[in-house]
Amino acid sequence: MAAASYDAIIIGAGHNGLIAGAYLARAGKKVLVLERRDIVGGAAVTEEIFPGYRFTEFSYVVSLLRPEIIRDLELPKHGLKILPLPSTVTPLDDGDYLAAWDDHDLTRRELYRHSPRDAEAADEYSRVMARAAKAIKPVLGLVPPDPSSLSWRDLRGLLKLGAYGASLSEKEIYRIAKLVTQSSADLLDEWFEFDPLKGTKSASGIIGTFLGPRSPGTAYVLLHHYMGEIDGAFRAWGFAKNGTGGVTAAIASSARALGVEIRTGAAVANVIVKGGRACGVALENGDEYAAQVVMSAADPKRTFLQFVGRQHLPDELVTAVQRFRVRGSSGKVNIALSELPQFTCLPGAGPLHRGAISISPSIDYIERAYDEAKYGQFSKQPYIDMVIPSMIDRDMAPPGHHVMSCFVQYAPYDIEGGWDHAKRETFGEAVISTIERYAPNIRRAIVGKQVITPKDIERIAGITGGNIFHGELLLHQLFFLRPAPQWADFRTPLPGYYFGASGAHPGGGVMGAAGKLAAHEILKDWR
Amino acid sequence: MTDLYQLKRTPFHPRTSALCLPQNWRRWAGHIAVGSYDLGLEREYWAIRNHAALIDVSPLMKYLIEGPDAARLLDRLTPRNIAKLAVGQVYYTGWCDEDGKLLDDGTITRLGEQSFRLTSAEPSLRWLHMNAVGMDVTITEHTEQVAALSLQGPKSRAILNRVCAAPVDGIKFFRMAPSTLAGKPVTISRTGYTGDLGYELWMDAADALPVWDALIAEGNDFGITPCGILAMDMARVEAGLFMLDVDYTAATHAWIEGQKSSPYEMGLGWTVALDKPGYFVGRRALEREAREGSAWKMVGLEVDWEGLERVYGAAGLPPQIPAMAVRASLPVRRNGQQVGYASTSTWSPVLKKYIALVHLQRPHYEPGTRVEIEITVEHHRRYAPGTVVALPFYEPEWKRK
Repeated sequence: MAAASYDAIIIGAGHNGLIAGAYLARAGKKVLVLERRDIVGGAAVTEEIFPGYRFTEFSYVVSLLRPEIIRDLELPKHGLKILPLPSTVTPLDDGDYLAAWDDHDLTRRELYRHSPRDAEAADEYSRVMARAAKAIKPVLGLVPPDPSSLSWRDLRGLLKLGAYGASLSEKEIYRIAKLVTQSSADLLDEWFEFDPLKGTKSASGIIGTFLGPRSPGTAYVLLHHYMGEIDGAFRAWGFAKNGTGGVTAAIASSARALGVEIRTGAAVANVIVKGGRACGVALENGDEYAAQVVMSAADPKRTFLQFVGRQHLPDELVTAVQRFRVRGSSGKVNIALSELPQFTCLPGAGPLHRGAISISPSIDYIERAYDEAKYGQFSKQPYIDMVIPSMIDRDMAPPGHHVMSCFVQYAPYDIEGGWDHAKRETFGEAVISTIERYAPNIRRAIVGKQVITPKDIERIAGITGGNIFHGELLLHQLFFLRPAPQWADFRTPLPGYYFGASGAHPGGGVMGAAGKLAAHEILKDWR
Repeated sequence: MTDLYQLKRTPFHPRTSALCLPQNWRRWAGHIAVGSYDLGLEREYWAIRNHAALIDVSPLMKYLIEGPDAARLLDRLTPRNIAKLAVGQVYYTGWCDEDGKLLDDGTITRLGEQSFRLTSAEPSLRWLHMNAVGMDVTITEHTEQVAALSLQGPKSRAILNRVCAAPVDGIKFFRMAPSTLAGKPVTISRTGYTGDLGYELWMDAADALPVWDALIAEGNDFGITPCGILAMDMARVEAGLFMLDVDYTAATHAWIEGQKSSPYEMGLGWTVALDKPGYFVGRRALEREAREGSAWKMVGLEVDWEGLERVYGAAGLPPQIPAMAVRASLPVRRNGQQVGYASTSTWSPVLKKYIALVHLQRPHYEPGTRVEIEITVEHHRRYAPGTVVALPFYEPEWKRK
C-alpha cells in the first residue's frame, strides 16, 4: 500500500513547512513535503494573476525572517534578496502628509513640522521599543516550557526563563508588563500628540488581529512587529525580490538542494495512525506515504481537527483548538496599474512610491473601521497599507506599468450574510474609493484587480478562518498557550505527529521560527 | 519637494557653501555642516591657535526659557546652582537622568532675571517640558531662528573690537553682552569649543549674512579664516572638551548600563553643586557617587613619542600620525591588562604630541599613571606607552585673560 517510505513527511509547503523540511534534511533525514496547491509557498506566494503583472498575493513584506535561518539554509545563495522599503507616507485629509523616511534626521525634521515634541518623543519611543523587543526577543527563540509540568525538560525551560527574567532590570520588567497588557492607543497616547502619527503607528498593533487600536493586548502586537528592528544588518521591513514568493522559492531551492522532495498537487486527507502512532499520510486522491514522523505546517484547526481523528487526541486539546481564535480580519486588493497612482499630497513620481503608503489618518479612523467589523461588516473606510512592488523590483510588472499591493483591514471572515461575489466586489470598491480620495487617478489606472477576502485566503492558501497568522496574536494565544496549553512544544498527544507553523509559538509573519524550532524538537525525539 | 530629502542648511549656507571647495560636508544635528574648507585641516587649525577661526555653529540646539520659574526649572534640570548664575553670565553644564547619568551637555546663558538660553547637542524640548510640569515657564525652541557663529583664536578680540559698535574688552570669560555688528543686534558670549580665546555670536537668522560679511571684511587683516568642524574637533580634544555620542553616550541612547556616564566620570565634578538647596534630577545618585568615588574617569593621555618611534621602528617605519581627530575606540592597557579605552585621539600640532581622551577605571586614572594605548602598525595591533595627565592638554594664558 505505501508507495514510498520517508523519515519525515511535512504537510504544507509554506515557509514553515519548507524550513522544517530543510532542517530535517540537513540532519540527514529523508524528507517529503506535500503541498495541496500546484505551487509552493503557502501564503508567501507570487502569482501572475494578469499576464505580465506579478502579485505578491497575500504576505507582501519581510522583516521577521530569522537571521539564523537565512544563514543556515544559505538563502542568499538560493536567490533571496531583500530590497529596501525605505519609507512610510500617510496622506492626510487636509492635503498634507506625514512621512517616515529611512534617515533619522529627515524623519525628525518631517515630524518636527507636525509636532516638535513628537519628533523628540519618537526617538525615545523607538529606542524604548527596540530595547523592549531586545529584552523579549530571546523568549521567541525558546521552546515554551509548560509551567504546570514537573518534567525535567519543562523545569529546565522554566529555570532558563526565570534566569532570563532575573537578568532584566526592574524598569524593563515594568515596561514589558505594560506592553503586554496595554492597548496600542494607550501606549501611543503616553508618547505622542499628533493623531496621524498615532494612527499610523497603531496600525502595526492591529495587523492580523480582530481587535481595534483601543483593545488591550494590541501593544504587544506592535512590539511583535518591532522584533525585526533589532537584528543589526537584518533589520527593517523589506520587500523580497520577486515578491514574498521569492522567499519561499529560495527556501524551496535550498530544501531541494539538501535532498528534500517536494510534491505539489498533493492534498493530504488524513494522517495514518497505527498502533497509536502517526506513521504516514493519505492523500485526497488515495495515495499513501509512510513515514516515521509527520509534521503539520497547516493551521491548528486542520492539524488537530481535520488530519487526525479526534479519538487520537484528548478532549481537552480538541476543545482548546476548537476555541482557538482564528478570525480573519484582513483582506488584500492586488491591483495591476497602467500608471503610478498620483497622490495629491505629494504630486509626481517620488520616493513615496518606493515605500509604504498608509491610510491611517488617526486612531479614531482605525477604531471606527473596527467598529464596523465587530458587527459583521467590512470597513467602508478601511486601514490600507499600500506597497508598489514594481517600484522596488522592476520585474514585477511590464515596463511602464505597475502592480500595487493593498493590505486592507478590517474585512471579517464572518460577514453578515456571508461573503459572495457581490460582497467581494463592494469590498474592493470600498478600497478603491478610499484610495481615490488621496490618489484621484487610481481608478483610471486600473488594468485589473484581485480582491481577496478572508474566505479567499482560506480557499486559496488553505488557512482556516483566513487569519494571516493562522490564529490571532492574542495574549491568551501566545507562548505556552499557543496553540493550546501543554502542547506548545511542537509535539502533539499523538506520538510521531508534530506541529510547526504560524499557529504554534512564536506566531506569524514570515519568520520561520516555528518551522525551525519544530524540526529541532523532532530531531531531539529521534530514536 | 526636493527639500524633503535633504538635511537642513544653516543661515550661513550661501557663504559657507561658496567657500567649501572640497565639498567636504558633515552631518550635525540634522544639518549639513562644513567639515573643512580645504582638502587638509592645517590652515583652519592654525587659524584657531594663531589667528581667528570663524565657525558656523548654528546647528546647536537652542532653547529660550522664560518666566518666573525659569531659574527653578534649570536648577531642577541641571546639577549647577542657577541661583548663583548672574545676568550676563554663562554656565557650562551637563544634565542627568534620575540615576545621575548624563543625558546631554551645553551652556546656560542668563539673558535676564527670568530669561535663559540653553544650548544642547540633542533635542531637549521633551525633557524640558517633562521637568517643567506645574511651573510658570515658557520654553521655546529657537534653533532655526537664531544663527550662531564661533570666532575662536588669539585675534578674535581684536576683530570684534574693530567690527562691533562697542569694544568687547569688558566681556570676561563665560560672560556675555549685547552688541551691534554691521548694524545688527548680536549677543556676544565669551565661550567656545576650542580652549582658546574666543567668542560666540548669536543673532537673528535674518541677520546672518551681513554679520558674516562684516566679520570677514574687517577680520581679514587679523587673519580671520572660515573653519570647518574637523579642525575644531582637533582643538576641542586639546582643550579636553568632550562630545556627546563620541566621548560619552547619552543615557537615553545607551543599550546597556555600562554605556552610560556620570558627570563625575566625565570630569564634570566641578559642575555638580551638591551644596545647593533642594532636589535636582539625579541628585541622590550623584551624592552617592561623590561619597563613594567614581568607577571611571575621563582623563588625558599623552603618548610617548619615543615609544611611538620604537613601535613603528620595529616595522621599519617612522611614526605615522592621523590627519584629523580619530573617533575610533582604542583599548588602553596597564601592565598588559585592559583598564579603559580612548574615545577620541588626535595629533596636537600646537603641543607636538599625540594625545587622547581616555576613560580609565579606578585607580588607573590618577595623573602620572603609565599606561599603553593600542595603535595599528602595518596591519598589526601594537601598544604605545604614554602617561595619564589632567585635562586640558592645552590652555593658553590668554584664554581667560
